[in-house]
This record gives sequence, C-alpha cells and structure tokens, in this order.
Amino acid sequence: MSLATGLKPGTEGSRVSSLVRRLWQLLRLVLTVAVTFFGLLLVTFLIARVVPIDPVLAIVGERASPETYRAAYEALGLDRPLYEQFFVYVGKVLQGDLGQSLLTARPVLEDVARVFPATLELATVATLIGVTLGIPSGVFAAVHQGRWPDHLVRVVGLFGYSMPVFWLGLMGLLVFYGVLDWVAGPGRLDIFYEDVVPRVTGVILIDSLLAGDLEVFENALSHIILPASVLGYYSLAYISRMTRSLMLEQLSQEYVTTARVKGLSEARVIWRHALGNVMVPLITVIALSYANLLEGSVLTEIVFAWPGLGLYITNSLLSADMNAVLGGTIVVGSVFIGLNLLSDLLYRIVDPRAR
Amino acid sequence: MNRIMLSVAAAAVGLVLPCSVFERHAQAATPADTLVIADAIDDIVSLDPAQIFEFSGTDLANNVYDTLVELDPDNLGPLVPGIAESWSVADDGKTFTFKLRQGLRFRSGNPITAEDAAFSLRRVIILEKTPSFILTQFGFTKDNVEETIKAIDAHTLQITTDKPYAPSFFYNCLTAPVASIVDMKLALSHERDGDLGHEWLKTNSAGSGAYKLRSWKPNESYVLEANPDYWRGAPAMKRVFVRHIAESATQRLLLEKGDIDVARKLSTDDVQALRGKPGIKVEDDLKGRLRYISLNQKDPILSKPQVREAFKWLVDYEGIAQSFLKGRFVVHQAFLPLTYLGELKEKPYKLDVAKAKRLLAEAGQAEGFEVKISVRNHPDRLEVAQSLQNTFAQAGIRAELVTGTGKQILTTYRARQHQIYLGDWGPDYPDPHTNADTFAHNPDNSDAGNHTGKLAWRNAWDIPELTSLTGEAVLERDAEVRAEMYRDLQRRHQKESPFVVMFQENVQNGLRDNVAGFNTGGPVHDVFYWKVTK
Repeated sequence: MSLATGLKPGTEGSRVSSLVRRLWQLLRLVLTVAVTFFGLLLVTFLIARVVPIDPVLAIVGERASPETYRAAYEALGLDRPLYEQFFVYVGKVLQGDLGQSLLTARPVLEDVARVFPATLELATVATLIGVTLGIPSGVFAAVHQGRWPDHLVRVVGLFGYSMPVFWLGLMGLLVFYGVLDWVAGPGRLDIFYEDVVPRVTGVILIDSLLAGDLEVFENALSHIILPASVLGYYSLAYISRMTRSLMLEQLSQEYVTTARVKGLSEARVIWRHALGNVMVPLITVIALSYANLLEGSVLTEIVFAWPGLGLYITNSLLSADMNAVLGGTIVVGSVFIGLNLLSDLLYRIVDPRAR
Repeated sequence: MNRIMLSVAAAAVGLVLPCSVFERHAQAATPADTLVIADAIDDIVSLDPAQIFEFSGTDLANNVYDTLVELDPDNLGPLVPGIAESWSVADDGKTFTFKLRQGLRFRSGNPITAEDAAFSLRRVIILEKTPSFILTQFGFTKDNVEETIKAIDAHTLQITTDKPYAPSFFYNCLTAPVASIVDMKLALSHERDGDLGHEWLKTNSAGSGAYKLRSWKPNESYVLEANPDYWRGAPAMKRVFVRHIAESATQRLLLEKGDIDVARKLSTDDVQALRGKPGIKVEDDLKGRLRYISLNQKDPILSKPQVREAFKWLVDYEGIAQSFLKGRFVVHQAFLPLTYLGELKEKPYKLDVAKAKRLLAEAGQAEGFEVKISVRNHPDRLEVAQSLQNTFAQAGIRAELVTGTGKQILTTYRARQHQIYLGDWGPDYPDPHTNADTFAHNPDNSDAGNHTGKLAWRNAWDIPELTSLTGEAVLERDAEVRAEMYRDLQRRHQKESPFVVMFQENVQNGLRDNVAGFNTGGPVHDVFYWKVTK
C-alpha cells in the first residue's frame, strides 16, 4: 500500500509549471490517503455487519424484555438501510466517535487513547534498539561478507527470527528480573509509582520527565528495557538482514570502486556513499517494522502484563466487543496509512530523484 | 573498519548500560499494610452492582458494598447480619421485614437508611441488567416494585414476594452482589437521563463496605482504599492493589520475588513448582464450577435408561482427576457444588466397563454405537474428552469429537442439536435453587418452550415429577427439611438423569507465607479482603 505517486520529470522547467506539478502531487497524495481511509472504513463497517454477533443482545443482555431489545435496536439505527447506516458510521468516525466499548463501558476512543501510548512507548524504544543495533550490524556483516563477523550477525539474526517471542520474554524475565535482578518485573511501573506523575501524553517516559520526577522515569525505564529489548531483537534481526543485502548490492556497484580509486577513506565510502543510497529502501523497512510493532504485540504484552493495544484488541475480540475491535482496527489502519505517508515524505527528502 | 566496530560497541553499551546501572531498589516484600494481588481481571464489564455478574467484578463488589444479610467468611453457610441487624418473615411467608442497623454511614458520609436499601433493590429490577433475574424470580417487576419493596420508616424495609418461597432461598439471594446497598443520594447526584446513576456507577463506587474504589483501569488494575470507619472495624490492609496479569509464569515469578502477595491464576505446573519454595504457600480453594457431560434425550439411543446409566460407569473419574486435572478439579457427582445447602457427598460411580457393557446389552446396544461429543476447543476440556473417547471405546461406543469455539459449541447446545455435550456449569447465586433450577427443572420440554437457560431443557429431558419436586423445594420454609429435599433430588438425579456430573473446580492460589486470612469465598461467595492480615 505505497502512496508513492511516481512523477514524470518536468520538461518545461518553468516555475509555474513546477508549482502546478507540486500541487498536483500534493492533491494526488491527499486523494490516495482519502481513498485508502475510505476503504478502511468500508471494510471495518462490513466486517461488523458480517460477524454473527448481535450488537443489541450484547448491550441489553440475554434477559431483557423484547421492548427493551427493540428500543436498543432502534437506538443503534439498525432498522435503517445499510447505506444509511454506513454514512452515519462514517460521520461518527470522522467526528472521532468510535462508539462505546462493551467491555469497559467507556468510549472506544478513550480506551484507545489509554492503551495506545503504552504500545507507542514500547514500539518506539524497541525500534530505536532495532535500528541502532540493526543497521550497524547489517553494514558490518556486508563489509565482511562471508567471514566470521558476517556469520555471527546472520546467526544472531536467525535466532531473532526463530525464537518464539513468548519463550524469549519469559526467559528474559527469569534471567534479568528473577535471577540477576537487573530490571524491574512485568508491568509499566511498580505499583507504588502508579498515578504519581500526572498523565499528559500517556507515555510514562515522557510524562515523568515533564513532571521532573526522575525516580519514576528510572522505574519506567527499568520496566520497559526488557520487553523493548525482546521486541527490538526482532526488528534488529529484520533490519540487519535487510541492511546487509541492500549494502551488498551497493558495495558491488561501480561507483563504490570509483570512490575507492579516488582515494576516499573506507569509512566515507561505506557510511556515506553506500549507506546513503541504501537509506531510501531502508526507510520503508524501518517504517514497516515500526508499524508492525504499533499494532501491539499480543504475546509480549501478555508476558510482561503490558496494557497495550494488542491486548486490548485481542481481549475485545474474544469478548465479541465489536466496537472496540473496529475502533482499534481503524486506529491501527490509520497508523499504517500515516507511517506510509511519512516514509513517502521522507523519501522525497532523502532521495533527490523523488523531489 | 574500526569505526564500525566502535559504533556497534557504543550502541550496545548505550542500551545495555541503563539496565545494569539502575540497581533495583530491591524489595524484599510489599509494604506491611498493602495487599498486592495478581489476577485475571479482564472479565470486568461494569462496577455497577446492578450489572456485575463476573468473577472479578463480584470480588470487587463484595469489598466495596454491603448487603442486607451476609455470609460469614469464617463459616460460609449460616447468614450473618449485614446492614440489616435482624430480619423476619410474616406468617403469610411472603412479607419480609428487615431492621437496619442504626448509625451506619456510607463512605460519602451519608447515613444509610431504608430508602437507600429500597432504591438499591428497585434499581436492579428497573435497569434489568443480566443479574437482575436473581431478584425478579421473586415476582418483582418494574410495575410493582414501588409496592413490593418499600421503606416503612427510616430503618425498616419491607419486601413482599409473589409466593411464599423458602426464606433461606430469598435470604441467600440477598447475599449476592446484585443486592448490594448503594448510596442513593450519591448515585442520584450523578444520574443521567433517568439511568439511576448507572453510567456513573459503572466506573465509580458508592458503598459502605470495607473499601472504597480509588482507581480502575480496565484490563490493567484496580486499587481499593480502606474505609477506616468501617462498621466491622478498620481493615488491616490499608490498600489493595489488584493487577491484571494473565500469564501464569509471570505471576509465579512476581510471587517468588515478593513483588506480589497473592497469585490467583496459576497453572498446575506453576503450582507444583511453587510448592515447598521458601516464603511461599499454596492454598486450595474449592469453587462452584462443575464439569459434566450430558446426553441429548432427543437421541433414540441416548435416551434409553440403561444407556444413560452405562455412561456413568464409563468415566475414569479418579484417573482424570489424578492426571491432567490434578489439583484443579476434584471428583464430584452431584449437581450441587460441595458447601452448598443440601450438598451431596456420595460418589456412587467409578470406571466399570464390564458393568457398562451389561447395561448396554440390556438396552440392546451390545455391539456399541457411534456418537459425537461436542466440546469447546480448550486444552483441558479436550483432554477430558479424549479420556472419555478412550473409555467409551472399551464398551464399543465410538465417539467422535466435535470441537469449536465456546460460542459455536454453546449455540449448538442451546439449539438442542448436540448428541453429547461436555462442558462446565457455574452457579449464579449462593442458593441450591440456582443449580436445581437448571439441572432438574423443565416446565415445557417442547422446542417452543425455549428454556435455553435450563440444562434439562437443552438436553430435552422431560421430567414433570422432578420439576414439581424442585418447585416444592424452593418453597420449603424449614431450611433443614429443604436441604434434605435437595439431597433426595440429587440422589434421583444421579441415578436417572442424562447428566454425568464428574468434577468440581478447585483453584489453587499461591501466597506469600506472611499472608493470613485470605478467603476467596469458596464455591458460594466472593473474596473478602478485609479479613487479611500480614
């Protein structure tokens, strides 16, 4: 679902036509996003109508009288034609009304706003770990292709791919929390720190800094480091493997040989010339891996009792809480669209050809 | 090249350093006045007592609200005074009078009056949420509730039922969380569109119990704060933290480290591993849930009396309870859970293939037959189903497992389309009628009867005689006689019914060994935090 708009190189060269072209570009981008978002809404709406769950029964309970049932049925607008229901639904979503969750009895948007920062925090730290370790190790492996550093990175990566996250998480807890006592246990904070700092963003690492409370920050960091490392390991494995193969491709190119012949330092050749060219596809790789983490990793969230989006959607699904599932899906879908858009824009900055 | 190595090393150090630098403020234990519990609390839908009907929600309500009459945590069974200090029933058997304790206050400071009590019970009827049937079965309706439940004076509440039910039945139902007494003034101050404070009470508390709700984060945690003026005395635990931790291994680790005091969702393996660990104890906790199989009486073979009985001899009760259900279920063969009024401890059945074969031969089924067992796709139920498959086969009954999600299997069951159903049943309220009504009561066996809530109907078991006996038991005013009636009912049920009750649930909690008085309410009730000391 790339939003790249693939433009024809300008021939006129006049400033006006360049401006028009840019506006056209922008319009196409906005249209693509709008169409994608509309598609997302249509699919979620249809899913809600197809699943064999009676939303009325879920609200009024099994023992309600037929009159109560009918009243709730009409209150939900289910007596109206399907297309009308869809427009009402779209209107509501655009106003930020994702309906009420059955499970928590609160507006879904409020629920998502509560659980999403936890996922965002975890995914961001994990991606940071994945990127800071994954890219250098991928480059490192490519430079030493076929020799032991390459094999080492490949083995580490293979491990990352093949270990079940559930097992890795539990082992991590057992060793670093249970035996070594280096990190704090499951949960986002020790219970005694809960509700100590005022909630601003919902991301505890930021909120605690905003409140200037280093003790809470430290505790939050101590809680997040292990789950983030477990998740980060996966994105590390993926990113380093992609970096390696992309780098190998570049290192065999003639411009690299030219640069070397010209006498550029090896570091400059690798980090600036070769890696610079790899950055564009790498942005997509990182964005996708980040987006995957933002969906929420259910298993990691279970093991670490991390109250995130993945757990929320799964719980809602198991309890047939459709509003929550669809609301969560719309949020995840929007995140995907947003990240795609962002990587699209980043392309334009990083890659001169796309300007 | 060196720079690459360097940057990798630097990145690694930068990330690993924080973990080792932050020397954990090693906590040997949780604070002495705080109870920290790990549990699975994602079942909580609402905190309004008129709506609460899940395990975790009732646990919470039991500590935040009081009821008119209550159960004694140290001796579950006989009723003890709650907000009502005395109660009586008139000679007509229908007019109940409750004298409320003087001088009690809600946590808000508002005095507790009979008006509050009347409001609390009426709103259950008016809101008609899932657990409302516990009260409406006494004949209360939206239209008559002003008359049937009323305050005579500030401290006298009068309730009139439609029939002279067994008083024990009525009182037992009043101990259920749905009958919690709510602070009327506080609830009404948050009323929206005539909802009697329902929306607000879904996420707030307005009670007079030992604790007040401080915070609730769905699927995450709830925190209770002790009521220092509680009329039974200030609780020893000033705060109770209940955290949602779904994974058993995680709970075990937290308990071993002393970061929690109680772990309530431990797997059998983790319980085994915790036994004998220093500083930790494991407590058995019998619960009300039963595991049973039932035979659809629409089936021409399964409805033969000898075939019904044969199945009861074809279950390896001890074998199953001693192997994969070890510790989590005990063998139990009657429809009332142990500790209920009228419990029946007799276990007449064991695995006896020869006897089952004789019975099948008598029924003209000596060569066996084929049958389908509907079972939810859940590991320990499947294990039981496989064991049954095996023992059935020894008598020539070739069983095929039909698996599906809970909802799928239940839909088949409620539509009476199964042959054999394997599943669980949990009582709804602390009175024997809750199970008698479903296992031994079927007023209309036709499909049109549509009594989907009754297991006897789901299995198309037409029992006019047992139905009337169940109806009589619920009207019997002498509690002892009533208990005996249930025992007789269960003995007949055990012998004739298409139900093979096999096991009763037993939960094992892991506790730090300094925790005393942690009572989860057993099969009939909910957890009491105010009895806990450390």
